[in-house]
Amino acid sequence: MIGQAITLLRKDLLLEFRDRESVPAMALLAAATLVVFHFALGQRSISGELASGALWVTLLFASMLGISRLFVAEQEDGGFDAVLLAPVERTAILLAKATALLIFLIIVELIAVPMFGVLLLGVPLGPAIPSLIGVLLLADICIAIVGALVSALAIQTRIRELLVPILALPLLLPVLIAGSRASGQIFQPGGPAAVAGRWPLMLALYGVVFGLLAFALYDYLLDD
Amino acid sequence: MAANIIELEGAERRYGERDALYGISFAVSEGETLAVLGANGAGKTTLLRMLCGLLRPHAGRVEVLGHKLPREAWAIRGKVGLLGHTPMLYSSLTVRENLQHQARLNRVTSERVDQLIDSVGIADRADEPVRNLSRGTVQRASAARALLCDPPLLLLDEPYANLDPGGSALLEPLLNAGRTRVITGHDPRALLATADSAIGLRSAQSSFVAPADEVSEEMIEALYR
Repeated sequence: MIGQAITLLRKDLLLEFRDRESVPAMALLAAATLVVFHFALGQRSISGELASGALWVTLLFASMLGISRLFVAEQEDGGFDAVLLAPVERTAILLAKATALLIFLIIVELIAVPMFGVLLLGVPLGPAIPSLIGVLLLADICIAIVGALVSALAIQTRIRELLVPILALPLLLPVLIAGSRASGQIFQPGGPAAVAGRWPLMLALYGVVFGLLAFALYDYLLDD
Repeated sequence: MAANIIELEGAERRYGERDALYGISFAVSEGETLAVLGANGAGKTTLLRMLCGLLRPHAGRVEVLGHKLPREAWAIRGKVGLLGHTPMLYSSLTVRENLQHQARLNRVTSERVDQLIDSVGIADRADEPVRNLSRGTVQRASAARALLCDPPLLLLDEPYANLDPGGSALLEPLLNAGRTRVITGHDPRALLATADSAIGLRSAQSSFVAPADEVSEEMIEALYR
């Protein structure tokens, strides 16, 4: 299964490298949202939970684009039918799609987080980075799992662009809450270098629950 | 007597409230070619997609390669080749990249990929992205994809569409080669000439199931009227 997942992931990354359809759009949306926050909040800088909320809303919006495009190449070219006809375990497809989205999110965050630090954050980003990386990574894994699940569901319908945010945003609300609470502590002026354990723990638990759910459901989702 | 590779009994498939196939029954023995005849929208493509497990039957009995669908659809994966209306190739990848990707998923060697690229006569275009190729060349590449795992059953939905006479002549022996085949197309006489038996579909229902040499002009005309 791992070998098949790697094959599928390699194809997804190659398609993104050639077409550049998801990551640039996600990065542009993240940048635009941060600029909007910069002007809309009307403050020179923000900190604490307000800053954290602005960052997470930005990342969540950007992830919606990635989620809705996750299966588009498969559908447009009909290549996915060939994958479904091959002796490929459906969980390998889940693993590949979730990993591809995770990689896209990390690339977007490499652009968006420094920009957030410059445009909005009132406290130095440097000391917060190690803790922030941990929180972002945990949340990204959760978004990637839910994204792969929702995207597989939405691709079967003609209202994909509409269905993705309608399904994904409520499902990802706990990730938004836990992520922003955890990083809110980091963005406090003189705030702790490490975050309280319960929010990262909640993210980890969410990831495990939805990971198991996706594992159980993916066969049925990809079935006709 | 050769074993039945396909058996359908009262198979049905709906899209919402509309019947796409209704009460379809036929059998295809090993090595036989079944021609599926019918006008546009008669259910030919739906039938082929159901036989390879991409669409689940909503009623009736469907057995392919001895496995009941949809319950055992996993068992026929990698054993059925489908050459359909869409090429099932990623347009941004080259022909070779597409076939190698499929080869890895189907546990087929890359030598087989090279051999098929040569066989379908596209060696000089194999390293170009699919989106740059003519429809005929894409059809040849798609045929190579369908043949990649040397499937015992081939489902061919208008396989010679977009091909020039040279391309058709090149693919015909590759797509035959003693395999069990289900083939559709819009030239009934040409299809019947290569088939052992035929099924005529009209408005989602089976109009006739007969040996190919017993299908009369009247039966054909009734399908397209």
